[in-house]
Formats: sequence, C-alpha cells, structure tokens
Amino acid sequence: MPAKITEQIKITCFHCGEECCTTNIRMEAKCFCCEGCKLVYRLLNQEGLCDYYNLNKNPGTSQRMHVRKEKFAFLDNEAIQLKLISFSNERQVHVTFYIPQIHCSSCLYLLENLHRLDNGIVSGKVNFARKDVTIVFLRQETSIRKVAELLTGIGYEPYISLSDLQGKKPDADKSMLYRLGVAGFCFGNIMLMSFPEYLGIDASEPALRNIFRWLNFVLAIPVFLYAAYPFYESSFKSLRHKFLNIDAPIALAIIITFMRSTWEVFSGTGAGYFDSMTGIVFFMLAGRFLQDKTYRQLSFDRDYTAYFPVAVSVITNDTEAATALPDIKPGDTLLVHNEELIPADGIITRGKADIDYSFVTGESISVVKETGELVYAGGKQKGGNIEILVVKEVAQSYLTALWSRDELKDKQTNKHVSFVHLLSRYFTYIVFAIAVFTTLYWKINDPSRIWIAVTSIFIIACPCALLLSNTFTNGNILRILSRNNFYLRGAQTIEDIAAVNHIVFDKTGTLTSVQQQSVTYQGKALTELQKQQVASLAACSNHPLSRMLAKETKPGDHLHVSAYREFPGKGIEGVVENSLVKMGSCVFITGNIKLHKDTVVYVSFDDETVGWFSFGNNYRKGIPALIKNLKNKYRLSVLTGDNEAEKDMLWKLMGNETSLLFYQAPEQKLNYIKTLQAGGEKVMMIGDGLNDAGALKQADAGIALSEDNNNFTPSSDGIIAAGSFLKLSKFIRLCKANRYIVSTSFIISITYNIIGLYFAVQGRLSPLVAAILMPSSSLCIFLFTFGTTNWLAKRMKL
Amino acid sequence: MSVIIILLIASISVASLFLFAFLWSVKTGQFDDENASASRILFDDKPLDVSKVKKIV
Repeated sequence: MPAKITEQIKITCFHCGEECCTTNIRMEAKCFCCEGCKLVYRLLNQEGLCDYYNLNKNPGTSQRMHVRKEKFAFLDNEAIQLKLISFSNERQVHVTFYIPQIHCSSCLYLLENLHRLDNGIVSGKVNFARKDVTIVFLRQETSIRKVAELLTGIGYEPYISLSDLQGKKPDADKSMLYRLGVAGFCFGNIMLMSFPEYLGIDASEPALRNIFRWLNFVLAIPVFLYAAYPFYESSFKSLRHKFLNIDAPIALAIIITFMRSTWEVFSGTGAGYFDSMTGIVFFMLAGRFLQDKTYRQLSFDRDYTAYFPVAVSVITNDTEAATALPDIKPGDTLLVHNEELIPADGIITRGKADIDYSFVTGESISVVKETGELVYAGGKQKGGNIEILVVKEVAQSYLTALWSRDELKDKQTNKHVSFVHLLSRYFTYIVFAIAVFTTLYWKINDPSRIWIAVTSIFIIACPCALLLSNTFTNGNILRILSRNNFYLRGAQTIEDIAAVNHIVFDKTGTLTSVQQQSVTYQGKALTELQKQQVASLAACSNHPLSRMLAKETKPGDHLHVSAYREFPGKGIEGVVENSLVKMGSCVFITGNIKLHKDTVVYVSFDDETVGWFSFGNNYRKGIPALIKNLKNKYRLSVLTGDNEAEKDMLWKLMGNETSLLFYQAPEQKLNYIKTLQAGGEKVMMIGDGLNDAGALKQADAGIALSEDNNNFTPSSDGIIAAGSFLKLSKFIRLCKANRYIVSTSFIISITYNIIGLYFAVQGRLSPLVAAILMPSSSLCIFLFTFGTTNWLAKRMKL
Repeated sequence: MSVIIILLIASISVASLFLFAFLWSVKTGQFDDENASASRILFDDKPLDVSKVKKIV
C-alpha cells in the first residue's frame, strides 16, 4: 500500500482518510491531517499493531476534536463503576463499552489486541452488531478510567450516557429460536415417519405401524407443549381483553388437532395429523421469526438519558468532583466545559455562555447568555467553561419533562389493531357456521360421524394461512426497506405508514442538510491571495464552520500560518503572508453587535473588516420532486423552530397548500400533531433532533432521520437514512401494497381451505390429504408473497 | 423388521444431536454477531497470547 496517496494535489490522512490541509504533519513519509491522528499512528507503530492499517485503507476516525483530559474522571467514582461493570472479582473486572466508531475489521483487530497496549488488559471482545466491546482487565494493574482513556487515545472513545446507569439491558429473547429449532426437528422427523402411512403401510405389520404412530405422538408433544406456547399465551391474553385475535382460532386448531390425533393413536383407529400440526407450527414460527427480526444496531427507544452524560463536575468549596447525574440536586453548582451538554435547568453564575440549542429547539443559531440568566437543559455550551446553579432536578427539566408526559406513555398501550385480526375474525365466524351446519347435517344422517367431521373442519380451516401470508409479507417488506436504509420498529409500523394521510416535516436537519451548508460571501471582493489566506487560517481550526470555510473558499495548497490563536466561542486569528487575519463572530471582529438571520463569520485583514461569510441552510437535492410526488396524495406541513427568514423559499419549495409553522417549540410541535389527530387525520412526522422527540412519539408513524447510522436518533417508529429520504414516497407505496398482497394471498389460501373443507365436511379427511394440502398451501403463500413484494420493489427500483 | 427399529433409533439420535448442537450454539451466543467472527478468523496473530492466559489462571 502506498504510504502517501496523492491524487494531483489531494493528500489524505494515513490514519483517517480525511483530506490533509497541510503536508507538515508527517511521520515516516506518511501524512496526517492532525496531530491526533499522528499520535495514534505512533502508538500503534510502537506496539507493532500496524496490521490495523493493512486490513483496511484509512480505518481510523479523525482525531481533530480533542477530548478533555479530565473527561473520564467520573469513572473513578465507585457508584458509577458498579453500574458499568458486568462482573468482577478480586482479580478481574469485566466491562462493556459502547463504541459508535466501530465500523470495520481493523477496528475489531485493534480492539481485540488491546492487551498489547496495556499489560493490565486481559482481553477485548467486539460485538459488531451492537457496536460494543467487552474488556476484561486486571484490577491491580489498571482501572476502568485508564481503559476508557486508552480507548479514547487510540480513537475509540467510549460513549457512556445516563442510560447506562439504569441497569443492564436484558439480552435478546432467544426463546423464539429455541422453539423454532424444536418445531423444525419434530416436524422433520414426524414427516419422515409418516411416509409409510402415506404410502399405505402393510396392515400385516401392525407392530411396525404402531411404533411409527407412537413415535409421532411422542415427537409431537414438545411441539404441542413448548413450541406452540406463544400462540396459547397470545390468544389467552386477547380473550381476557374480550378481543378475538388471529392466534385464538389457531390455538384452538392446534389443540383440536392434537386431541383428535392422540385419540386416534390411542384407540388404534388412525395415524392422526401430527405431521400437519407440527408443520403448521413450524412455518408459523418461521414467519413470526422473519417478521420480528430486529435491527440490533439500532435503537428505537432512546429517551433523553441516552443523550445526557453520566456525570458532571459539581463544584463544592472550590473543588471539582464528578457526580452522577441522578444525584444532582437543586442548589448544586455545576461546571460545564466547552462542547458539553447542560444537564439541568439552571442559572449562570460564572462565565459567558454561548449556547447551541439546536438539539432542543431546532434553531440553528447559538444564543449568548450572560451571568444571571436562565439556561435550559439540553443546550450545548460552546466556548469557555461556565458555572451554573441548578434550579430544577434533571428529570424535571423543561426538556426531559417532555418525555414524562402521560399521554405519550399511553400511546404504547392502545396500539392500533392490525387488519389481519379483523379479517381472521370473519374467517372464524364462517368456520364456526360451517361446523354448526355440518353437525346438524350428520346428526340427522349419521350421528357417528359428527366428531370426525367437525374436528376435521377445525383441523383444515384454521387461519394459519392468513398468519403465514401476513408474517411473510411483512418480513419481506421490512427486509426490502432495510436494504434501502429505512428501518422500521416492527411490522405494525408498515400498516401505520400505509394509513397516513398527513405528513409533517421538520425543517432543520430534515428538509435541510446540516452537512451541506451553502457559504456565501458579502462585502468587499476578496482577491485570490486573500481567499487563500482565509482558507489557510480556517484550515488550522477544528470548528465546523472553519472546516466548511476552508473547503469552500480555496481548496488546494495552504499557506503557512504563524502566531495562530484560537478564542473559543469567538474566533481565530493568525499571521498569513505577513498580514494578521482574523475570523469570527461579529462582536469579535467589529466590536459591534449586528443581527443576522443566518450564521455568519466576519473576516478582517490587519484589523480592517472586509466582509462576512454567511452559512445558509441547504435544502436537500431532490426535495421538490419528492414534494411533487406527495402533494397530490397527502396534506403536508412543515414545522420549524427557526425564524421566518426562509418563508418565501419554503413556499416555493413546498407549494402553497402546505402549512408552514415557524418558531415552534418542542411542545408546540407535539400539540400541532395532536390537533391534526383530533381532526381525524393519520399523521406521519419526520424529524431528526430531540426537539422533535415529542412529536415523533405522538404521531401515528414517527420517522427519525439520521445522517449516518452512528448518529443518535430520538425514540421513533422508524429510522430513515438521510440518503434514502427522497425515496419516501416509494416507501409509503410499498407499505400500502402490503395490505393488497396479504389479502390476495389470503384468497389463495381460502381456495386450499375450500378443497380441504370439501373432504372435511364429509368426514373423509385423510392424513394424506391434509399432509399434501398443508405444505403446498404454505409453499404457495410463501412463493406468492415473496414473489410479489420483490417484483414490486424491483419495479419501484428499491 | 428389527433392523428398521435400529435404524429409527440411529436416525433420531443423530437428529437429536444436531438439535442439541443448534440449541447449544444459540445459547452460547454464536448467532448474536455474524460479522465479527467472519473477520476474526482472518487475523494472523491470536487475539490472546498464551502467557496472558496463564496469568489469569
């Protein structure tokens, strides 16, 4: 692999692959974008771990953002340690860290070779799906804090949030897989042992025939008692709520089939229908398993605790002490560092706050607050350290209180009922009617055949085909959507999305992209040299705005910057080509305050202000086309916490039938959704930040948009990747198709049922007929549902 | 006839062996993470060296 990847003038960092602004940071002919990346390389080089770079090209993550030295001091706190440690004895400690940066086999290699970097570490084991690493270390030689700092040092900073303090998450439920395994085993063996019966085993060998029958009976018991248990449980629950769901008739059919077959085996009158029964249970479990396959790397149930830090620095008598967040009481004084989240509502007692509330309100411009003013939890401090006096507990803050609202909790309990249950109800009524008629008929003609005919009806006519078609269709649609980076919480969400008739968008971060902002310059025209000077200075800084400026103004070779200084929250300065260049906020450069609608960066050369760059929101490409598609079928709304600066532009973009609402606080967003729902509308909300969390939860289908999969998304019904956002109208269409596909395959299965019923009502249902009908109808449904969903997806180019 | 019974016992016990292998693999978490093991097997050096293992014991 070449040490330096040169594409004309583009030089990328050997560690993280980001474009290097300068070629000054180098080691052994390898270029790095920043000192941080170089440091990681040096460490790995020393320890002979350079396989890390051979496995994948530029596997690291950028180290431009420095982590505060004392950041993990809270890990020395024993109460916090106890919550994080999964196992410990006198010698060893096991701890699991969530590391969102894990993305390739290099990460795996490095994290599992940690013991070579620190002698105290015994082993590391990565779980790729959950993006975590379980580390075993020796108590005497290292500590949990040192481990966390080592991980941070090599670019894998563990993400420890307040939610980690709330006990261990339960492991994924594996019982479904166990049941599936048991059902498959029994089904296969019973099928095999039923073959002599199908082929007409010689009646002259009754002993052998009986052995087969009894073996079948024994093999059917685990399926009846263990594998089919979820169906009994679910039907029992629903009947207790006086609701007839699809599982009730299925459980009834399983029980009747087992009873009748057992009776046949015991009385020696027949072989029973164990093969059909176990087969159906197996297929239904498989369908459920496909449908409920979860995306372990995603979490749909994040609340504020996943965003908030585990501990903050509390100042008592001029000493700093890390304290667990739940222990913060009103009256405490907190020290909030640069880029840290304010964990509780409070009053600033020292320092100047420059707070970015974009997290809470969606407003993209940060707010300056002076000593004595109130700040709300959820804001992010930019710039220097501030001290705040806590006035409210963490759980009762303005932002966190949104989650504790009662109406949001209720939504989980009165979930919508799938149309499949309603369909199965009609089906059950019809089956019961047929059973009654058959009973009456045979009572008159031949009473001895009532028992056989009626049980046959229940054996053959259970709505398992409906369940199969539903679960297989849902499972395949979920799979197709996830292939397109649209992940749904569960199968019910498909129906919720299909029912939607009003779509509400959040503006900032949803319609606009945070990553692609447009930079425009106003003021005295800049010469080529000046542009280069600006770019060179901006390249020195890690601030997102500087990085964007460096990219936009003048890519390519950079000039040498000397006397570079950074003023957090204000701006930067440096001497480039013999002139002092300053960039930063209006106050920093001009000394006056001037209000701008957008985020701006002023520039001065030798203390002479020349103009400013303004950063506008860039609407995602293709939004007009998406809106045009959606406009005819749905009512649309846009909610934003921003001001009305872009009102005209939005009108143009969204068309004049769209409702636009500005200055929307999180609570107002939630209430807007509620008003729409009160008017009988089914609402889909698409948003990104915490500020939309309430609305996402309230909406019938709340979809969170995420720029990349590592990003945190608020609690929602679905997560859509920003790149797939433009396919939204196709996704909705596919969800709508779900219902038609299920209904059509149900009709197919009814045809099979009618054939079976023809034999059943006459009391002539032989195990062979049942054994042919059951798998062939299942196979038919399987092929039909998979075929149509895949064909539809292909036609929609998904 | 008796040979069929022997065959039956053999086939069911082999099948049960696979069933238990499956249940065991689910229980020990071998299906928890499909990607990690696939990469791990390609690394040349062992993630754990022998001296360390002794130290624990």
